Amino acid sequence: MLLLSGGGLVKTVKFKTPRYLGDPVNIVKIFNDKGADEIMILDIEASHRNTQTDTGLLSEVASEAFMPLCSGGGIKTLGDIETRLGLGFEKVALSSIAFQDPSFVQTAAERFGSSTIVVVIDARNRFGRYEAMNIRGTSRTKMDPVAAAQMFVENGAGEIVVQSIDRDGTMNGYDLDLLESIASAVSVPVVALGGAGKVSHLSEALSAGASAVAAGSMFVFHGRHNAVLVSYPSDEDLEPLSH
Amino acid sequence: MPVGILDYGIGNVGSILSMHVKLDIEAVRVSTVADLEGCERIILPGVGAFEEGIRRLRQSGMFELLEELVLVKKVPILGICLGMQMLASSSWEGTQMEDGLGWIPGEVKPLRGLVADDVKVPIMGWAYVTEKRDSGLFNGVTEKQRFYFVHSYAFFPQDAKDLVATVDYGCPVSAIVARGNVIGTQFHPEKSHRFGMSLLKQFSVWESIS
Repeated sequence: MLLLSGGGLVKTVKFKTPRYLGDPVNIVKIFNDKGADEIMILDIEASHRNTQTDTGLLSEVASEAFMPLCSGGGIKTLGDIETRLGLGFEKVALSSIAFQDPSFVQTAAERFGSSTIVVVIDARNRFGRYEAMNIRGTSRTKMDPVAAAQMFVENGAGEIVVQSIDRDGTMNGYDLDLLESIASAVSVPVVALGGAGKVSHLSEALSAGASAVAAGSMFVFHGRHNAVLVSYPSDEDLEPLSH
Repeated sequence: MPVGILDYGIGNVGSILSMHVKLDIEAVRVSTVADLEGCERIILPGVGAFEEGIRRLRQSGMFELLEELVLVKKVPILGICLGMQMLASSSWEGTQMEDGLGWIPGEVKPLRGLVADDVKVPIMGWAYVTEKRDSGLFNGVTEKQRFYFVHSYAFFPQDAKDLVATVDYGCPVSAIVARGNVIGTQFHPEKSHRFGMSLLKQFSVWESIS
């Protein structure tokens, strides 16, 4: 999971304090070498600041990436989706627009196919209750994430990414309760995001019902002082996960 | 003498080119007869609808030379995804049969209804590919190979001999087909990082299937 802001890649903690990581194309090339199986690039500025994602940059990333790609952030119209898919992305991720207008998910799924439509649900926990949050965590939806996930899947979403805002950047493990509640409620693949710090966390998430696991900090930071270092688990590291 | 990647308006030429750059293998985007003439091997990419792919290829201005190079001069050609499906005799699009290139006899059919009930169509994801016949594309590999697939249709060759590798989805779905100097992969080498690179590297020295 790579976050794009101002033309560069950044990483956040609990959706705050973005830290600059580097140039997206260079970082994607490193992930090519490391054999990352899929990359999701989310423009975190777009919805929040109502800016347009740089399609030139996305195009460059698409032609340099040697794995399937998903593009999200700032998608508002079917034309936006068509553009991103045309640039070479296999899937698009919807978040803010999905909450603002759930029927858009249906229209998009009908036009482009469910498999290309991913909906990202950002959730936080306050006083023991989970709530889905909108616009990069700045706006409340008052919706329960499980209900939100079911609604989006009913509208044709082919995949749901569940992101824990509270765990984002902390590298202390995924929010397994959140994950389990959503994975058991829908029939489409659910991808866990937020909190991964080591391979055992990935295992835990898969056991909790995630079909796939995503990570940001774990793949870009290293060591006690969180130096920027792009990494990816080797096939040997990941071997236990396939059982 | 480069590998020519056909640019006829559809397909991910950019990614395929980038992979060749990374491999330090000379590759060029081919959109005219002049570009095509110097090529030692050809890659036919493709994404989307069969009928549109065939039509665009025929109307590209390169079609006659392409046929001559492949059928007469036996220039090795690799079809990828829709490019592999276009090698077939025909395809069932809806209720109509569309003519393909016919370089490997067989039919392209929709997956829905053919694969097991729990298999989601389009098939979209990584799968391991093991060859039943040695095509030459997996020369030198030491680990199990996996590749990225995205497709709603599959190629069913008429002659079982032309089926090099399948993936089991309730019924065997073609992953690699080959006949003579013509070979096709349903999966996308350009989206399969090191596995794709290994395959494209082998293709750059590939002549034909024995």
